[in-house]
Amino acid sequence: MANAVMRPLGPGDRMQRKWIDGRLTRRVAESFIKPNARLTSFERLEIYNQQYWFRLGNCLYKDYPGLRAILGDRAFEKLIREYLMRYPSRSYTLRNLGSRLVKFLKTAPGATAPRRQLALDIARLEWAHIEAFDNEARPPLEPNDLLDANAAKLRLRLQPHFSLLKLQYVVDRFLIDLRKKVGLRGEASNAIEQDHHGEKNKLTRNLKRKDNFLAVHCYQDQVYYKRLEPGQFVLLSALQNGATLERACVRLAGLKISEDLGEAIQNWFSDWMALGWFCGLK
Amino acid sequence: MPANPFNGFTDYGIGIGLRVPHFDHILSRKPAVDWFEIISENFMCDGGRPLEVLDRILEQYRVVQHGVSMYFGSSEKLNREHLKKLKRLVRRTNTPWLSDHLCWGSVDGRYTHDLLPMPYTFAAAKVTAQKIRAARDFLEVPICVENVSSYAEFHVSEMTEWEFLNEVVERADCGILLDVNNIYVSSRNHNFNPFDYVNGVPPDRVAQIHIAGHSKFRKYILDTHDHPVIDPVWKLYERAIHRVGRTATLLEWDDRIPSFEEVHGEALKARQFLGHFEKEPAKT
Repeated sequence: MANAVMRPLGPGDRMQRKWIDGRLTRRVAESFIKPNARLTSFERLEIYNQQYWFRLGNCLYKDYPGLRAILGDRAFEKLIREYLMRYPSRSYTLRNLGSRLVKFLKTAPGATAPRRQLALDIARLEWAHIEAFDNEARPPLEPNDLLDANAAKLRLRLQPHFSLLKLQYVVDRFLIDLRKKVGLRGEASNAIEQDHHGEKNKLTRNLKRKDNFLAVHCYQDQVYYKRLEPGQFVLLSALQNGATLERACVRLAGLKISEDLGEAIQNWFSDWMALGWFCGLK
Repeated sequence: MPANPFNGFTDYGIGIGLRVPHFDHILSRKPAVDWFEIISENFMCDGGRPLEVLDRILEQYRVVQHGVSMYFGSSEKLNREHLKKLKRLVRRTNTPWLSDHLCWGSVDGRYTHDLLPMPYTFAAAKVTAQKIRAARDFLEVPICVENVSSYAEFHVSEMTEWEFLNEVVERADCGILLDVNNIYVSSRNHNFNPFDYVNGVPPDRVAQIHIAGHSKFRKYILDTHDHPVIDPVWKLYERAIHRVGRTATLLEWDDRIPSFEEVHGEALKARQFLGHFEKEPAKT
């Protein structure tokens, strides 16, 4: 039954007429499901097959509204069906359903052509948003924790809710506007949701190609996208990858920084500490 | 003093599901609600907004956990990581009981996220009861299983759904979350008398009752939790309360969610039935 439930739907969102081995699916359904006066065995099984795709599709619609907006409903639906065939859910929670979508997009460029890079950028930001929403916020590092610290040995740990993104499109503003329109990410509920597609939106017109460095984080239980200067991104990336503070700062050599480098770094850390981005020492 | 661990929560009254669109209203207005039911899986995370909201709710309200993915009826073993996270949440909420569904939904580590119907066989009842016992022993909290709404019946079934439910709860020595909307939906989809179901359930094991709305299609009824409760379901509820006495009752509204007031108002309609049984259940 599980194979039938998770099998892709056929034309018109109907269950496929032919079974995997070439038999009629009707015959397969009749072998284990009773018909009743109104529904055949095939039709009863089909309810579960349809609801599987509608439920998981709705979940991904809610988690990836931006991706859906730039691809359009039909292409997005095709994409998520291919994705779920490749990566069926292996988690007890629908929260993780889209966790491998970015990985899938990287290996299936045809699924988002001709807007492959834009789709990838949006999907990365949308997954970072989910991570920021419900990942842990550990007690932030306090200035006193750094007293007597040796920059040559100091390795800072970033919050679990913190993501660092280097994008090629300015998608943050687009996504903020879109989320205002479509609302918050939904909850996992196993009640059957009816298939309701959202409104077509026209926000995609303003999407521009430009290097865009973002920190996605949670502050006072709200998710924020903070734009970063290239130098800030380089420094934070190095720290995230485990570099010591000293080595991370060395990576800034050669970059154009608008102010005195030492002063700039001091200001940056002052902001980042206030936002609670660091949560301990490695 | 309750007669057993399952129907002793008579003071819980009428609750509603804690849902995202109502978070701000509840936190800012602090409406008087007997209790909230949470979907456990939505709060089995390490932090962030969900747990922050939950902690603030716990400061003011009683919370009961309801799960959707334990899958007692799946043939594979219980997921240990799932249980560990669930136990952390149980300690956080101090839920007096914990419910999940009498169904299956995962196979070979793949999750359908659906509540799939079980074949009503003695063999399935035995395996399911063992898993419920194992979960209860690990979680150290009473467990109640909920009857699901279904759209298919199996040739191999050896008994009715309510006989199967009884077989499982007796073997597992667990409670029942009786969903009278699900009984109604299944009764229409499978042509049985829903009162036979309600009358066939052991009243002393019913810890909680669910009420909800559903959607009618030409050939079947779908359990959508997106409408008010219809009169035939209220009649089933009335009958259930008549048998089991005053019981913790919860309205489920999970899709096309209206305002908090509308959802709560719909739930409070249950008062007219609970009011008749302030003290003792009138078993028949």
